[in-house]
Amino acid sequence: MSMSKIIRTTADVMFMFIMVFGFYIVLHGHLTPGGGFQGGAVIATAFILLIVAHHMDDFLGWFKKDSFQTCEMSGLVLFIGTALAAISLGYLFFMNFLSGKGGLFGQFVPFGINQGFMSTAGTIPIMNIAVGIEVLGGLTIIILYMTSGIQSPEEGK
Amino acid sequence: MIDNLPFLVVAITILLGLYTLLFRKDLIKMIMGISLIEAGVNLFLIALGYRWESIAPIFTGAPSLAMVMPTVQALTLTSIVIGVATLALLLSMVMIIYRHYHTTDVREVTKLQG
Amino acid sequence: MRTVVAGITLVVLGVSLLYAAISIPFGYPAMSDMDDYFLAHGQEQTGANNIVTSVVFDYRGFDTLGEACVLFTAVSGVAILFRLRKKEEDYEYE
Repeated sequence: MSMSKIIRTTADVMFMFIMVFGFYIVLHGHLTPGGGFQGGAVIATAFILLIVAHHMDDFLGWFKKDSFQTCEMSGLVLFIGTALAAISLGYLFFMNFLSGKGGLFGQFVPFGINQGFMSTAGTIPIMNIAVGIEVLGGLTIIILYMTSGIQSPEEGK
Repeated sequence: MIDNLPFLVVAITILLGLYTLLFRKDLIKMIMGISLIEAGVNLFLIALGYRWESIAPIFTGAPSLAMVMPTVQALTLTSIVIGVATLALLLSMVMIIYRHYHTTDVREVTKLQG
Repeated sequence: MRTVVAGITLVVLGVSLLYAAISIPFGYPAMSDMDDYFLAHGQEQTGANNIVTSVVFDYRGFDTLGEACVLFTAVSGVAILFRLRKKEEDYEYE
């Protein structure tokens, strides 16, 4: 079920470039087109490239299935936790409590065309990272279940 | 009439998806028809918010200040993700049906009928 | 009989869709007060340069919360459908 040596070597090299590109799309979601869902789909494509090019047993030896479940669960918990943290500080639910305050992501942006500063936009980059991690875990788990479901459904492997 | 080209493409895509869903008897082809209808609806949502001579609503290095409507693009993002979730569940059910009946013809899957 | 009904449905829906596609004006949206407010005040209220991201995650954050839950439910549905069958279970309809 694995492919030839040229395809395996190319997939190993392209995996790193696709992951870096996907994380760039997720992190710069408030400055350029992109965001959480789009970048998460690109990173999941990198993992699916490894699943297609190698044996399933080799892939399960490098990445456990439990780590993808942890990724998906922690992404959703981080998203809801950021929304609930605004209640404990005295604001409403889902309020953007970091924008314009001067802290971690709190630089003030005046109206008009500028070249884009990284540490702006409050809780939006935190939510982008949370949704990116959740989509990455979710899509890879779906593909892992579908490719192992082709075998017979008795007990064992 | 040639100015309405995006809306004509939307109508043709939805009609092709409906034809595939109504007249084909294989389960995988019916799922492809559902996916075509969803693609047509997403294109219709994006084409509703266009203004002439305007650019994308992003302020980083923009050449001008006249922009298109940004609310409709947010609704389309949600619709695309829901389409992916529905497609995953549909394909999983087709795999389970094939495991029991050993065929994907929709006229043979009749154990719950009558 | 079935193909006749399907054919009539297809022709009726096709004529109505093509008539609607020709009669909607393209490029002149009808009422854009909410979007003009988002474009004029989105940068100083949220601090993001990308107005679409600020609409998805700040002005309409509830829809994104629902969508993340839909993705989670789909993954758990696929995991339930592909479970392994133990030896002592048996189906009721076999």
